[in-house]
Amino acid sequence: MNVLDLCKLVAQRLVLALPTVVAVSVIGFFLMRYNLDFGVWTLPDLHHRGRTVTVHVHLKNPIDPLAELKQNPMISPAVIASETQRLGLNQSLPVQYWRWLSHVVGLPALSGVNLPNQPWLATPNLGKTVNGEDVATQLAVRAGNTLLLNVCVIVLTWLLAIPLGVYAAVHWRSKADRLMTLLAAVGMAAPSFVLALIVAVICVRTHWLPVGGLTSVGYEDFTWWHQAWDRLVHLALPVGILTIGGLASLQRQMRGNLLDVLQAEYVRTARAKGLPEHQVIYKHAVRTAINPLITMLGYELAGLLSGSLLVEMVLNYPGLGQWTYNAVLQTDTNVVMASLVMSAVLLVVGNLLADVLLSLADPRIRLEASPS
Amino acid sequence: MSPTRTPPHTGGGFKAVCHRLWHDHAARWAVAVLLFLYAAVALADVIAPVGPYWRDRSTANAPPTAVYVRDAQGRFHWPFVLKQTRVFHEESLEYLYPVDPTVRYSLKLGIKGEPYALLGLFQSDCHLVNVDAPASLHLLGTDMNGRDIFSRLLFGGRISLTIGFLSLLVAFPIGLIYGGIAGFAGGWVDSLMMRFAEILMSIPSLYLLLTLATIIPASLSSTERFALVVISLALIGWAGLSRVVRGLVLSIKQQEFVEASRALGQRPWVILTRHILPQTWSFVVVAVTLSVPGYLLMESGLSFLGLGIQQPDASWGNLLKEAQTLTNVLYRPWMLAPGLLIFAAVLAFNILGDTVRDVLDPKSQART
Repeated sequence: MNVLDLCKLVAQRLVLALPTVVAVSVIGFFLMRYNLDFGVWTLPDLHHRGRTVTVHVHLKNPIDPLAELKQNPMISPAVIASETQRLGLNQSLPVQYWRWLSHVVGLPALSGVNLPNQPWLATPNLGKTVNGEDVATQLAVRAGNTLLLNVCVIVLTWLLAIPLGVYAAVHWRSKADRLMTLLAAVGMAAPSFVLALIVAVICVRTHWLPVGGLTSVGYEDFTWWHQAWDRLVHLALPVGILTIGGLASLQRQMRGNLLDVLQAEYVRTARAKGLPEHQVIYKHAVRTAINPLITMLGYELAGLLSGSLLVEMVLNYPGLGQWTYNAVLQTDTNVVMASLVMSAVLLVVGNLLADVLLSLADPRIRLEASPS
Repeated sequence: MSPTRTPPHTGGGFKAVCHRLWHDHAARWAVAVLLFLYAAVALADVIAPVGPYWRDRSTANAPPTAVYVRDAQGRFHWPFVLKQTRVFHEESLEYLYPVDPTVRYSLKLGIKGEPYALLGLFQSDCHLVNVDAPASLHLLGTDMNGRDIFSRLLFGGRISLTIGFLSLLVAFPIGLIYGGIAGFAGGWVDSLMMRFAEILMSIPSLYLLLTLATIIPASLSSTERFALVVISLALIGWAGLSRVVRGLVLSIKQQEFVEASRALGQRPWVILTRHILPQTWSFVVVAVTLSVPGYLLMESGLSFLGLGIQQPDASWGNLLKEAQTLTNVLYRPWMLAPGLLIFAAVLAFNILGDTVRDVLDPKSQART
């Protein structure tokens, strides 16, 4: 596949993915800011015939974005009024959304509110957290940590699950296969957060691995290889726990796919023409059996992001999930919005990568992408 | 799974499923475990020594009560317990729970306790097993409020084990109708509806749940909160269902009997609900058994975070919340018991689901 085709494919998928991200942000924004006033309705009273009742249908949002400011006695009403003005809280929902979006994409001039000294093109502005920090900078750090965690998990899962799946399928119904089937059932049923709790307690007891955080105290003064080792050791626990669940299901799928493929006609043909068994399996069967798994990669990522949220919480890993959770507790709408959209972005990018990988691996997709 | 998959083979039927469940070793165990769990939570009122809200502050964080059969002299007795007291040890700065070995309190079967209505019907105050006051029987110790963890585990199981089915009850009609309409209408309606479902599916579920939890106000009664958790779980689950139903409907609507009923002049709505959707039943069975553990895990995850079922109500996830602080688990490892139950229930549901799918979809049978 040449580079041009690949670019075309990526562009195609991006055009499809963009509305998804926008829609997710719309849904999130609606949930955070809805305030639907359907006005006063006059309805017939069901209990008293002939009479009417007036009902004011008003779905009020339980969240007040300015609640923290209003509770603070140091903040004057004028500031609250100006914040209301800036966020457009007295405006209609689409207007509010448009303002939010124009700040997020870094074009504040489009928002319709012209402030003095406002640059035309700015860095993305996702607002402030309740603690007054910049959401965008925090988001970059947190999402980076979660991404690092999940990439490690996916790489490790695939490196382990594919060989184990192939082994189980080739040695179908052997003792090893049965053992792996049992272990996979256990691995799939174990809730990640319970596993994390148990392993964390063991590690706290035995000091085998550090629990919590990304680095040890005094990380800045370490030599570079010591720093690298320190990071690795801190990642080991969350990565290990998240790998167990993914490993079990991926191994099962690989095994199932390969068993299906091994029954196919062309495998029989390959055997009949006298190819050695290892060539039949590794050159023909395994390559076909992997393709469906690549398509699943995107959905796997969705599950992984959810799973890593709980594990991040338990192990105190400074990722997107832990950040979101704390934000929910503080009803920090800016952070919740930002991480909701970010999780969708991560997912979309993951799907895109899966598509690219699939097109590299499967010639049939390649043909579809370039109809020439 | 490609969207134009043929419907799962319906030849198996209910009888075949039951036959397989009985003769498959693992499946029989799974059914037994599930029956045991459901029976235990249904009869929680009888089995639990005390009610879920019973508390005794003076024995907070007590370890499991030891049940003895031999006394200090080595003589055998009917199983008995000793009274625990909580004392603060000033040197080690921790609470100790010494027992008083002089008085034996025998376990009593069918002892009188808190009154309850069994299954909401039979008034009674008879409990399976407990000991006389002032001693108390805490098979899994007590929590920080001095409530009996074993009893709360049983009552919490009621919520954890039913919430999945309740969410499915809400999610299924939505998924069925939505997917049915999309598949039946086809064309741009189909692509628009499916785009929306895909968007919902493309948000990591826990992030969406957290977003929903943000707007659930804190001041809610426990019933309202329970209902909201059920609804938010359903809001996340229906999209995946609708996608598969749509695939099934797409292939079913090509068949001749649909054309026949169209020719008879039946309205599209009737064709869809009376002729097409009933064809998808075997899928429905599979999807129910396969998705219950997912809901169970999601509820426990959400309650574990403190955003689902909340105190004073119990659910398995929310009982685990106390184990969130690692020092708690270090000193009181029995607090992980709800995690074990979640694991057992999910494992049993997974095995059950696999077995049912094998029967209804013979293609996958070759793999096991």
